[in-house]
Amino acid sequence: MMRFSTLVKNPADWMTGEGADTAIVLTSRIRLARNLKGESFPGWAKKEQRRHALELMRPAAEALPCMKDAFSQELDDLSSVQKQVLVERHLISREHAARGEGSAAVIERRQSIALMLNEEDHLRMQSIRPGMELRSAYEALAAIDTQLENSLEIAFDHELGYLTTCPTNLGTGMRASAMLHLPALVLSDQIGQVLQAVNKIGLAVRGLYGEGTESLGNLFQISNQSTLGESEETILRRLERVIAQVATHERNARDKLLEDDPEMVSDKIGRAYGVLRHAWIIDSKEALNHLSLLRLGGDLGFLPADTARTCDSLLMDIQPAHLQLHSGRKLSPEERDSIRAEIVRARLQSLEAPDISSTRKKNDSPDPNPDLL
Amino acid sequence: MDCDICGNKAKVHLTQLVGGQIKKIALCDSCAKEKGVTDPTGFALAEMLLGKPGGKPAVPMPPSAGPTRHCPTCGFTLDDLRRIRRFGCADCYATFHDEVAQMLRGMHKGTHHCGKVPAGLMEQHARTQRLDELRGKLELAVTAENYEEAAGLRDEIRRIETRATPVTD
Repeated sequence: MMRFSTLVKNPADWMTGEGADTAIVLTSRIRLARNLKGESFPGWAKKEQRRHALELMRPAAEALPCMKDAFSQELDDLSSVQKQVLVERHLISREHAARGEGSAAVIERRQSIALMLNEEDHLRMQSIRPGMELRSAYEALAAIDTQLENSLEIAFDHELGYLTTCPTNLGTGMRASAMLHLPALVLSDQIGQVLQAVNKIGLAVRGLYGEGTESLGNLFQISNQSTLGESEETILRRLERVIAQVATHERNARDKLLEDDPEMVSDKIGRAYGVLRHAWIIDSKEALNHLSLLRLGGDLGFLPADTARTCDSLLMDIQPAHLQLHSGRKLSPEERDSIRAEIVRARLQSLEAPDISSTRKKNDSPDPNPDLL
Repeated sequence: MDCDICGNKAKVHLTQLVGGQIKKIALCDSCAKEKGVTDPTGFALAEMLLGKPGGKPAVPMPPSAGPTRHCPTCGFTLDDLRRIRRFGCADCYATFHDEVAQMLRGMHKGTHHCGKVPAGLMEQHARTQRLDELRGKLELAVTAENYEEAAGLRDEIRRIETRATPVTD
């Protein structure tokens, strides 16, 4: 079995966006909720019942072909910092981290598949990929779901579908979501309108860490709300369509910002670069917001194209628990802010100052090369 | 009308369409301000409509408890449901079938599952769906006093019902 240190040593494929277009859609994620037949749901079960359910599920999860040499741990055996690191990596939920005895996580080596055992439901399975890949993420997870159905008796009703602890997840038990970076829609004050429109079609918009979290770094999650009465295919198709539309709006807003107000854009990106390169104390909110602008700078041609990748791995590494893991000790918020600034400076050391003139020139030319935009 | 949050007199009324159902929210001045509703571009509005910040999408209160019933599998009662808004086990959905139906109204796009089915239940699921469909048609035929069609439907239902009930061991 894989050790915690080995699991977190490398960033996941989906964090670095290897080989995918992540300029606007950073990641695609699918979550399926499943429960065992005849067993009390984890929140209602007594301790022994939770253990019993875990004993049924854990061997089945570990026996999955994709879980060969996987990370598999009871949450009780992890420190609170270790659990928090998994939360920051989106590998377990905050709710799961808070659960006591009888909860476990089984995580595939590349961190693209993660199973939470005894979360709100007996089984919460997740598949996560870089870029706009909802379809392939779903297919990968559905295959795992089917494999598990061969070894576990899953609660299912012909009318209500997969039976879940909370009635809001009945039916498919599927929550599909994409993480979008929408700095231009925020800068041009169009974000409220766009999010309201998304919401009107019954889709949810949330911040970086899911339910009830604030939007940081201009990152937004769009996901389905309804799980009953429509097939996975219908839900995915609608999400794909809406996400593609939002991404187009963002793309247009980026182009328009460059055209209408190149000075403002240059100033924002230049300032973000200056702060991140030279700050000695920075809190996570400020860092995320500046990293968002650097990311935009990379996309607009002010900074090298791989800037997004640097920003995305920093996004994870400057979170509180990651900082504590990095330093190997508990840190006060003040210490975290200094160490965060230190890490950011070190990572951006070789990043040259934004090339404002080249963008200006490009912007002035009548027929800009679309590949550079 | 009273504010949905604090109960004071409501001044702001929001209407939203969710899955074809109209949802209305009434707010007083101070709650509207706090939720950022007065700022039409604010992110707080989206959040407000999605459910309370920090919480899951609102799960409606189940209907008030009648005579005490326990789920035979896990001992869960309607009072527990009112308290935690979650169920005790999968069998609770059968135990509290009517209450579930009421809670589900307007929660999702529909009330019948039409997605993935566990590998082992595919055949049984198709059969159940077909029977539901035929029973619906039969009811319509009877109401329309179309007895010839009703007889045909009844025969088909019987045929499916008696045909190869899956053997379980």
